[in-house]
Amino acid sequence: MKELRKLAYRLRQDVVDMIVNGKGGHIGGDMSVMDVLVTLYFKEMNITKENFNTKNHDHFIMSKGHSVESLYAVLAEKGFFSRETVLKEFSQFGSKFIGHPNNKLPGIEMNSGALGHGLPVAVGMAIAERMNKSDNRVYVVMGDGELAEGSVWEGAMAGANYRLDNLCAVLDRNRLQISGSTEDVMALDDLHRKWESFGWHVIDVSDGNDIEKLCAAFEEARMVKGRPTVLIANTVKGKGSPVMENKASWHHHVPNEEEYKQIMSDLKARAEED
Amino acid sequence: MANIANKQMICDVLMEAAQKDKDIVVLCSDSRGSASATPFANAFPEQFVEVGIAKQDLVGIAAGMAKVGKRTFPMSPACFITARSYEQCKVDVAYSHTNVKLVGISGGVSYGALGMSHHSAQDIACMSSIPGMRVYLPSDCNQTRKLMEVLVKDNEPAYIRVGRNAVEPVYSEDNVPFEMDKATWVCSGDDVAIVACGEMVLYAKQAAEILKKKGISATVLDMYCVKPFDKDAVIEAAKKAKAVISVEEHSPFGGLGSMVAQTVSENCPKKCVTMSLPDAPVITGNSKEVFAYYKLTGEGIAAKAEELLNG
Repeated sequence: MKELRKLAYRLRQDVVDMIVNGKGGHIGGDMSVMDVLVTLYFKEMNITKENFNTKNHDHFIMSKGHSVESLYAVLAEKGFFSRETVLKEFSQFGSKFIGHPNNKLPGIEMNSGALGHGLPVAVGMAIAERMNKSDNRVYVVMGDGELAEGSVWEGAMAGANYRLDNLCAVLDRNRLQISGSTEDVMALDDLHRKWESFGWHVIDVSDGNDIEKLCAAFEEARMVKGRPTVLIANTVKGKGSPVMENKASWHHHVPNEEEYKQIMSDLKARAEED
Repeated sequence: MANIANKQMICDVLMEAAQKDKDIVVLCSDSRGSASATPFANAFPEQFVEVGIAKQDLVGIAAGMAKVGKRTFPMSPACFITARSYEQCKVDVAYSHTNVKLVGISGGVSYGALGMSHHSAQDIACMSSIPGMRVYLPSDCNQTRKLMEVLVKDNEPAYIRVGRNAVEPVYSEDNVPFEMDKATWVCSGDDVAIVACGEMVLYAKQAAEILKKKGISATVLDMYCVKPFDKDAVIEAAKKAKAVISVEEHSPFGGLGSMVAQTVSENCPKKCVTMSLPDAPVITGNSKEVFAYYKLTGEGIAAKAEELLNG
């Protein structure tokens, strides 16, 4: 677990470099979701470079597609493409590494970017995998601001209706969106009761940046039968440096030189903490 | 075989294909009855998915299933599947390149008196402008069969729009000239070229018969494949004619007429006229009454041709 935590902070540094080099990106959400992605790709999901082009692998959809930089950092670490390439090419003219997931790249199944699409697509994958009598599981990560999209709730209804226990959704509950607090923009609470009333098994992860807690939650999700599971991962937007933590203005801020130095120093220090 | 609605033919072909191919899946949004898909749902419950009245979900789920190896056919009224679900068609189907065949039933003004909410007069424009999306408007049930026999086997996204009711066939069952993605030459003539799609092809054919009696020879092109657009056929037809008429059950903007005019003006400039629905909510009536009111009939098209040739 300690190693994964270190990895998450190292990959956060890659994200910062990507965004500074590419002169754009969604840094706040990248930082909040990084521990979820690291847990999924290095502990929970059966997705490797080798099995990705076979029928035997789990499925992942980054519904909050604007946090693609964090996904790129993780996929590079998984060996789908080189870290140097993505750091150099992200957002550059003619690059394949665009600002939202694109399935022309290895390791990515579905294009996203328009919010509210991931859950219905994940429901479709889960239905199809059940038809195929396969053990492959389906994971989808959504932002919390994204939950204002009606299509999310269409997918939530269908997931419960079809009793998709091979489906696990994760909410990156960082409580901030581009205009401010999610509760001020369009109030979401009580999310636990909302998802429960839709027929889902709901797991509140008190610290969604704690890999140990995330692992336990995913393990619980695997045990649930007859309904899908949603993890409400309570995270910190901008997690990793006080320069950006819990600041809505860092939704897509590009660090200046001074901020860059401080953030990188903070991320390195966090990686070394026990 | 008795004349049947195009949507029923779609269901027939899907049932034949589903017997052999367990990856064929039909999805409906509380639309199995109107889509004529109830027989499919009853015969292949394991290959049928009901999503309820949730059209965005319909297309998203179909795309997800396709990504895991299914050949999905979401079927819902054309007005909803192309407008309510437009972003899913664009992102989850075309952009993500999933093997989804979007079936828009009761297209155009099929729903007649139900009003503009239920009419799809924008679908050719919006679907054709999505990169990677093919757009088909078959003219009769026999051509629909030929088209579907290809679509149940191929792996590319597509949108198919059909009307609600059975229409008089353009082609006889035992003689359906069909080449995938190539316009069908219904007849060939030197005076006027009429390019039509969907249910308008029948009226274009009738117009050619009326004109023939008056000594005017017309080409009728059945442009069932609106996209990929068979430019070569349009250029060939336009080159030998004195004027070109396009006919469609669609808004005057961004549909077949726009594509024909664009092609003709770039390659062999000559007079082009678009016959279509108006840029307005259409008059109340069943589709035949609506077509007659806007002169989308054999007589109306023939009169327009004469006017063009004499003007």
